[in-house]
Amino acid sequence: MRNLFKIAVRNLLRFRRRTLLTTSLICLGVVFVLVFNSVTGSFKDLMIGQITDSFLGDVQIHRRGYVASIDNLPLTMNLTGKDLVLIEKALANTKGIASYSARIKFGGLFSNFNESTNIRINGVDPEKEFATVPLLPSRIINGDKGAKSLSNPLMKGSILVPELLARGLNLKTGDTAVVVATNKDGSVNGKTFKVSGILESATGPGGRDGYIHIDDAREILRIRNKEVSEIALNLKNLGGAKQVAKALQTSLAGALNKKGKPKFEVHPWPKLTPFANIANMIDVITFFIRLILIAVVLISILNVMMMSVYERVREIGTISAIGTPPRTILSLFLIEGFCLGVFGAIVGVVLGGGIIFVLNTIEIPFQFGRGGSFVLAPTVHPLEVTLVSALVVAISILASLQPAFQASRMEPIDALRHV
Amino acid sequence: MSLILARDIVKTYSTGEIEVQALRKVSFEIMEGSFVAFAGPSGSGKTTLLNLIGCLDKPTAGGLVVAEMAVARLNRLQAAKFRGKNIGFIFQNFNLMPVLTTFENIEYPLTMVQTLPAQERANRVTALLESVGMADQRNKYPEQLSGGQKQRVAVARALVTRPKLVLADEPTANLDHDTAHMIIQLMKKMTEEFNTTFIFSTHDSRIIGEAEVIYTLEDGRITNREVAHAQPV
Repeated sequence: MRNLFKIAVRNLLRFRRRTLLTTSLICLGVVFVLVFNSVTGSFKDLMIGQITDSFLGDVQIHRRGYVASIDNLPLTMNLTGKDLVLIEKALANTKGIASYSARIKFGGLFSNFNESTNIRINGVDPEKEFATVPLLPSRIINGDKGAKSLSNPLMKGSILVPELLARGLNLKTGDTAVVVATNKDGSVNGKTFKVSGILESATGPGGRDGYIHIDDAREILRIRNKEVSEIALNLKNLGGAKQVAKALQTSLAGALNKKGKPKFEVHPWPKLTPFANIANMIDVITFFIRLILIAVVLISILNVMMMSVYERVREIGTISAIGTPPRTILSLFLIEGFCLGVFGAIVGVVLGGGIIFVLNTIEIPFQFGRGGSFVLAPTVHPLEVTLVSALVVAISILASLQPAFQASRMEPIDALRHV
Repeated sequence: MSLILARDIVKTYSTGEIEVQALRKVSFEIMEGSFVAFAGPSGSGKTTLLNLIGCLDKPTAGGLVVAEMAVARLNRLQAAKFRGKNIGFIFQNFNLMPVLTTFENIEYPLTMVQTLPAQERANRVTALLESVGMADQRNKYPEQLSGGQKQRVAVARALVTRPKLVLADEPTANLDHDTAHMIIQLMKKMTEEFNTTFIFSTHDSRIIGEAEVIYTLEDGRITNREVAHAQPV
């Protein structure tokens, strides 16, 4: 085997320019894939992090049918106190949950006493909410910065107003506004709030909601028990959202509604935001970029190996005539393809890593929707590097298979006659 | 003892509807350890005959036994194995591997065709390098050698597996007279040193006389068999 490698490498070095060109093509492909994947992957992770950590949460639990009616924010589909006991028990028995926050969501009328508009409100326990969506305080662009601190959370009687509504109603921090909402029994109630902060909009449903204390929400809606609309979870690892959701769904499967169906529904973040489609699109593009890499490697190696076989027909005839077994000739050409793939992959990984490092050093800023300015921090997972490298090497061997097979099947007498 | 026995060998090549008879009922017997030449003009069937003896091709009809093996019955893999064990080849264009040094070219059959321990390989190759007078060129690549030196390396490579038979197709065609003469003398010396049967084809009248047995081929037939007197090496 060592001799085969020696001959293969020397043959590659014999046609230096061609080897260099092929290796460069493979290397460029690897660099492109690694840099593209790291940039898009980082963008995706950043965006998902922004959405889940600033308002959505990683997983949400509702009463069955709530998400389908979420545009109406139906109070009749709230989780009851008994439901909460069941859910909290399930949460305690499920691994991977960092924190959770119960929310009362409702729609209402929002007025500055001169003008009014409709508003979606989240009634939350500030301490739990800030632990579950840790980027929420950073969205407070103007106002009570103390709300960013868990020691001084969103106070009772105060409201965080979404930026667009504040601008439309000309509200500033310290102003007074009123929220009027219809209760579950059809009656109407209202409460005056002091604007404690203006919330920057975030992309996605719920990104333009106002926030009040959960006790204020109960007061407006005249809720006397512990019922809530949803429970949002923050996980230790966002990547495990689907698994945690599945585990919770299984854990809560025993609770059935009157129709004999599961009483609760558990959704990981991709089921709750349209950005999941963009994330899927990024994954599809990444897949096609990998396909392009495969095509580049396949064509490059196939071309160079076919040339190599064609140019060495007499050599193949000679080694075949002196008794070299066909499988040894096959191995010789496969090893050449393997070596080309390995060289290309190694150089590509080194160069790609270098470019990713440079991108991190120069800190590229970018805008996403109204979500403000972000700094792109591309990273590449070792698994991705291993996968791309393995793919390149495997395709290199695959592409060498046909020329190698052709060489091994050559009749020595015909090959020796070749001019 | 007989090494090669050929009985009524016929070889026909078909090119479309045209059939060309390269060999027409050729019969001969070659003894072990002999130094044999097949002579004749171009197209007389010398190379075809060497290809059949070397198991690179199969006769259309007739019987051919080489080293007690009916070689016409061997499949591709068996033929390769048989060649690797019993036959050495010397080519007109030397056909050395350009990426291997002199030493490595000679060693090649012992690593890729046969599998010998490294020490034994080194001993054999070193001994052959001495025998063919190429010990001081062991680390040179073929492109750094002259034609005569390349053919010496080819002779050593053909002998390194200690084959019963070495076939040389026009081994001196690309060499000047003096070098050609030297290569033939080397082949004769090797025949005696290793008791190997050497068969070469040539149309060079200057070296034909060096063979112990000369078969003359014309139009695919053996027209003459001449046994020369022993000549000093």
